[in-house]
Amino acid sequence: MKMTGADVVIKALEQEGVEVIFGYPGGAVIPIYDKLYDSSIKHVLVRHEQAAAHAADGYARATGRTGVVIATSGPGATNLVTGIANACMDSIPMVVFTGQVALPAIGRDSFQEADITGITLPIVKHSYLVRDVNKLASTIKAAFQLAGTGRRGPVLIDLPKDIQTAEVEFDYPEHVSFRGYRLPGEPSAAEIYQAVKTIGISRRPVIYAGGGVITSGAAEELKEFAEKTQIPVTTTLMGKGAIPEDHPLSLGMVGMHGTYYANFAVSHSDLLIAVGARFDDRVTGRLDTFATQAKVIHIDIDAAELGKNVRPHHVLNGDAKLILQELLSRVEIPQTKEWLDQIAVWKKEHPLSYCQDKDKIKPQYVIEQLRKLAGEKAIVTTEVGQNQMWAAQYYKVSKPRTFISSGGLGTMGFGLPAAVGAQIGRPDDLVISISGDGSFQMNLQELATIVQQQLPIKIIILNNGYLGMVRQWQELFHDKRYSQTELIPVPDFVKLADAYGIAGYRAHSPEEVGPVLEQALNHPGAVVVDVVIDREENVFPMVPAGGTLTKMIGV
Amino acid sequence: MRHILAVLVENQPGVLTRVAGLFSRRGYNIESLAVGQTHDPEISRMTIVVDGDDRVIEQVVKQLEKLVDVINVRDISEAEHVDRELVLIKVKAEPKVRGEIMQIVDIFRARIVDIGHNSLIIECTGDEGKIKAIEKSLRPFGILELVRTGKIAMVRGQKYEEE
Repeated sequence: MKMTGADVVIKALEQEGVEVIFGYPGGAVIPIYDKLYDSSIKHVLVRHEQAAAHAADGYARATGRTGVVIATSGPGATNLVTGIANACMDSIPMVVFTGQVALPAIGRDSFQEADITGITLPIVKHSYLVRDVNKLASTIKAAFQLAGTGRRGPVLIDLPKDIQTAEVEFDYPEHVSFRGYRLPGEPSAAEIYQAVKTIGISRRPVIYAGGGVITSGAAEELKEFAEKTQIPVTTTLMGKGAIPEDHPLSLGMVGMHGTYYANFAVSHSDLLIAVGARFDDRVTGRLDTFATQAKVIHIDIDAAELGKNVRPHHVLNGDAKLILQELLSRVEIPQTKEWLDQIAVWKKEHPLSYCQDKDKIKPQYVIEQLRKLAGEKAIVTTEVGQNQMWAAQYYKVSKPRTFISSGGLGTMGFGLPAAVGAQIGRPDDLVISISGDGSFQMNLQELATIVQQQLPIKIIILNNGYLGMVRQWQELFHDKRYSQTELIPVPDFVKLADAYGIAGYRAHSPEEVGPVLEQALNHPGAVVVDVVIDREENVFPMVPAGGTLTKMIGV
Repeated sequence: MRHILAVLVENQPGVLTRVAGLFSRRGYNIESLAVGQTHDPEISRMTIVVDGDDRVIEQVVKQLEKLVDVINVRDISEAEHVDRELVLIKVKAEPKVRGEIMQIVDIFRARIVDIGHNSLIIECTGDEGKIKAIEKSLRPFGILELVRTGKIAMVRGQKYEEE
């Protein structure tokens, strides 16, 4: 039976088991939205296309499934760019459909025409412009296969309007093969053996776990490996949740705003076992002073990461879960007692700390209280900047896929739409969006989406009336010349919430924090909590950009 | 050091953009790039000459291999290979110097492919050294235009005696 290209899109999504699409209609995708009208697939109508991409991203991070986005041609497509780049930097599986002007109109600067495959070229895992309706079904299959395997990433399919209305027989392949896309196999027995030997003779080993551990579902294996070998674990921002952060072997986060003891442990280690991490500059600081005494075992699914920033002594190319299982089955236990004693001293002497104040609310205190009240199943999304780093430091994560943050791209405005996606994907879990007043204002139009979808998201705004992290850099490195970082006037967020029909609360003083948060978390629907914090509180410890990890300020 | 990469790619629109975009995004320098269809019409072959130390080249190769449309990448610089480039040179040629130019053309086993009132177009094929040498020899006459194809290269077959 013949059907239209738009039918093929919806049918293919149904066959892929897609339960939800995040999108925004427009002229060049009307045929798809017409078919969607009769489909059982849920559609979440955002208020700006950027939010559709971030919501699909948040959904993917919270569930492990591939996020799906639809936007129209031209501005609809270009509005997705930040969201696609964000997903690409953090290796998040996503399939993005954009409308395009009809094939004969392409290249003539037609109304709402944009070369979106060209624009997104450096920020996608792969992309397609569909020119033949007979190839539409296999293209969609290919996109899902690419997005959801290997190092995950966004795949874009540009759909000219006449492809959506052209007729074709529906034939959805079970599998598409590529000549130029191969997944890594497993490391050889010899490679595993050498790594095991190196681990066995190490005395000051550290595991450095990144987002790849979360993606591959290897958190259990990682914990087991760490416990069996008694090797301490530090994580990246993306790796939060790879090991419970209250675990005795957990060192918290490493890097620019990492803990003193994580940065010291890495810097003094004789063996660094990197699992699904990419030695990002925010982690390593100055590369030539990074972990100079350490041998490096680098485990990653992307061969191009092995040797990109740091020269490893052993590379194990493949899936983190499988490799950790292999290592576990042959492991040789190093003697780390002295090392762990040393780390315990560092932990005791330099814990994460802040000065509690009688009158001013400290943001770190807010995060601690929130963690206490929310429980370990709650999912937290963050924005970017100080709010993100306080959350990363003080929100102790217990499980994978419960801490959702824009790592590589550092996108302000990510957290609120990401919370929408997370709540859609995990409707029964508590979802909290930790935000700053600046980031919140970057995508606050999504409050309407939250109301329309009846999502009980708890939005906590750490309000200091500043673009806080930039202000912090200006304070520390530019003589307090606060150039364009004061975000005054800050709107009345309680009234703003009210305008959307959302409950709004405010906390002015430290003693209000606990009760207000409790009230907010117990509220059945969405809540905005405006927490008026100490305006010039800084995120410490801090390694200045390009500095050496052991040279932290604020410890 | 300069490396010659032989890259097999899907013969599809946009592949060249992806490869060129990768080089500019990651800050690698392409010295030359030549591309054309192979004996299999679905596959094109690029010859890319790129400058960089071993670490840079390792990254170039790995990043190229990550592109879905790239089927295979080989660094053939170290292998025994044949490489060729074609150049067209339009040179100023008053009738009285034509004889001299034709001698140079003969020496390089190049060809004259067009004669104008005051100019000649010379076609020359060869490796880099030869192309450089003919260019240098013709420069005194006045080069009006010059166009090169970029290098193409192929690994030599196994020698009979080794079999």
